Amino acid sequence: MRMDHQLAERWIAPHSHVLDLGCGNGELLAHLQQNRGVTGYGLEIDEDKINEAIANGLSIVEQDLNDGLARFADNSFDTVVMARALQAVKSPDILLLDMLRVAREAVITFPNFAHWQNRIHLGLKGIMPVSEALPYEWYNTPNIHLCTFKDFEKLCAQHDIHIINRFAVSDSEKGHSPLMTALIRQAPNLLADVAIYRVTKQKPK
Amino acid sequence: MNARPDNTSDQSATDKGNAKGNAKGNAKSSINTEELLNSVGVVTPQTLHFAEPLTLECNRTLPSFDLIIETYGTLNSDKSNAVLICHALSGSHHAAGFHSDEDQKAGWWDNMIGPNKSIDTNRFFVVCVNNIGSCFGSTGPTTINPDSSQAQVYGPDFPLVTIKDWVKTQAMLSDRLGIDVWHAVVGGSMGGMQALQWSVDYPNRLKRCVVIASTPKLSAQNIAFNEVARQSILSDPDFKDGRYLLAGTYPRRGLILARMVGHITYLTDDAMKAKFGRDLKSGKFMYGYDVEFQVESYLRYQGERFSENFDANTYLLMTKALDYFDPTRDYPLETAIDSSPESLASSLAESVKADSSEDELENTLADSADIDNISASNHQELTALKAAFAHTECQYLIVSFTTDWRFAPERSQEIVDALMATGKPVSYINVDAPHGHDSFLFDIPRYMGAVKGFLNAPFMTDNRDQNSQKTLGARS
Repeated sequence: MRMDHQLAERWIAPHSHVLDLGCGNGELLAHLQQNRGVTGYGLEIDEDKINEAIANGLSIVEQDLNDGLARFADNSFDTVVMARALQAVKSPDILLLDMLRVAREAVITFPNFAHWQNRIHLGLKGIMPVSEALPYEWYNTPNIHLCTFKDFEKLCAQHDIHIINRFAVSDSEKGHSPLMTALIRQAPNLLADVAIYRVTKQKPK
Repeated sequence: MNARPDNTSDQSATDKGNAKGNAKGNAKSSINTEELLNSVGVVTPQTLHFAEPLTLECNRTLPSFDLIIETYGTLNSDKSNAVLICHALSGSHHAAGFHSDEDQKAGWWDNMIGPNKSIDTNRFFVVCVNNIGSCFGSTGPTTINPDSSQAQVYGPDFPLVTIKDWVKTQAMLSDRLGIDVWHAVVGGSMGGMQALQWSVDYPNRLKRCVVIASTPKLSAQNIAFNEVARQSILSDPDFKDGRYLLAGTYPRRGLILARMVGHITYLTDDAMKAKFGRDLKSGKFMYGYDVEFQVESYLRYQGERFSENFDANTYLLMTKALDYFDPTRDYPLETAIDSSPESLASSLAESVKADSSEDELENTLADSADIDNISASNHQELTALKAAFAHTECQYLIVSFTTDWRFAPERSQEIVDALMATGKPVSYINVDAPHGHDSFLFDIPRYMGAVKGFLNAPFMTDNRDQNSQKTLGARS
């Protein structure tokens, strides 16, 4: 399972009701359903991925995230998950607030545009970064609202969104040496290429 | 995948074109071997008699009734592989295969049902039943009324039946076949309404429910089109108050007109443009009222063919069954989970009252009040649907088509929203297809693939019991 999915799973309570935005083929949802007794829905627009998820017995609803979450009532879910879709929607700020309307908590992952490799691409080479986390060319990328960890945290502060947990990783399947892990902790905005945040609108007790 | 004259969403039994068959022309001698091999083969309908009286929603009782059915595939030993197919407005029990070696046309859903097809007859035991009130063999206006003195047909005396009545007879059929629980109940258009009603009326008798190109209930516009169709028949002098068979007449013109109107609603402007454009039959204007444009020719041809094979009383009755469909009818709003819409509506009404005291604003306010009322009424619809779906136990697949304006994708989404708001397992796809409402009869890979995947998917043991309690108020 993808690193950010593994992390997301930790923050989702057993038997909770979850909405997965941009759920792809439903990998995370299936895992949560089988191992944590979680219920819920995935929203996706990719036709093939939807059919794959349906064939796996998941509840997947075709919907463009840019259409917002108006169809869901306030507090319909315990947690809304959005893995690597924030940077691809038209209005990330509005969607973020809407996520925290329909659920108590949101778990969000996105690629860090301030990762050192991206900085080298842009700062030294003068070209738009292409990497494992951002595998597109500038002209065909769906990632229209790239941001850095700092940018995201600034947005949260502006809207009174409280960050419950934050975890920055380098998106390597192999895992990290203890030294690398320690370094990432020191300078996540430079060294980590994917971040995972757990946020809420409610004041932490 | 080309639009074909004989593939329309209210498939008449004789109007069940098959893309392959048509593309290969009209081989007169026998059906194409390949097509036969890809199908369930030659099938024979069976008629089952139900001797017990059946009380209908309209409070009238049929003393007994017959159901004509077809089955494909084999029922397994624990009877867990049965799939029920519900037909649309003018459909029949003949959903797949051929009736003889000489039969030119396969059943109306042959591209969906068959060996290795989406509803795989190697795996499933598939049952398709002709509904009462129809004219293809089950008890209806063209069958003998046992209460009549001279063994006359029911004609207009056949009671008006509802979707709920049909589902009741289908449940009786299930008992007769020894099927306690359907693996799935599947239907398109009016068939989808039956599938939906099944999930509400017999929640523990189906595991999966497939609702295609359907709607939670008809809109005013839908009913309006049906009314035009009915008036076409009712105003035909040959209709004779529905006793045309006795009078030796037939309201052919009325039925043709009814079908023409209906047919327009199954297609799209783009599909008609692609097929006919403004093409003229003779290449020039004739300055008269005979057929000039190709589209006129097509519609008349469709209407005429339909009128030869369909019964006018059945058409009237089927359109009424559509109009009456309302799965929330047994779930009045008082018992709904959320009682807020009433208070919402009354507060809206009050605010409108207060505001409209200012005369100069009255017109504008009346307009905005209309919009507010639509939103309040949508909210009420959602609440009612949620109440109807609260006790369902199956998994749903809801399918709509982007160009369907008869039952538009938004109508399917109303079903999806109500199911999600009650925490029920539901998947939804909105398939991009050019054929309008008719799309559900076409072999569209994405659509066929989703149905196949859904029917074969593992049944997720869900934990709704824990979750359903803390569900999920409607927006207020």
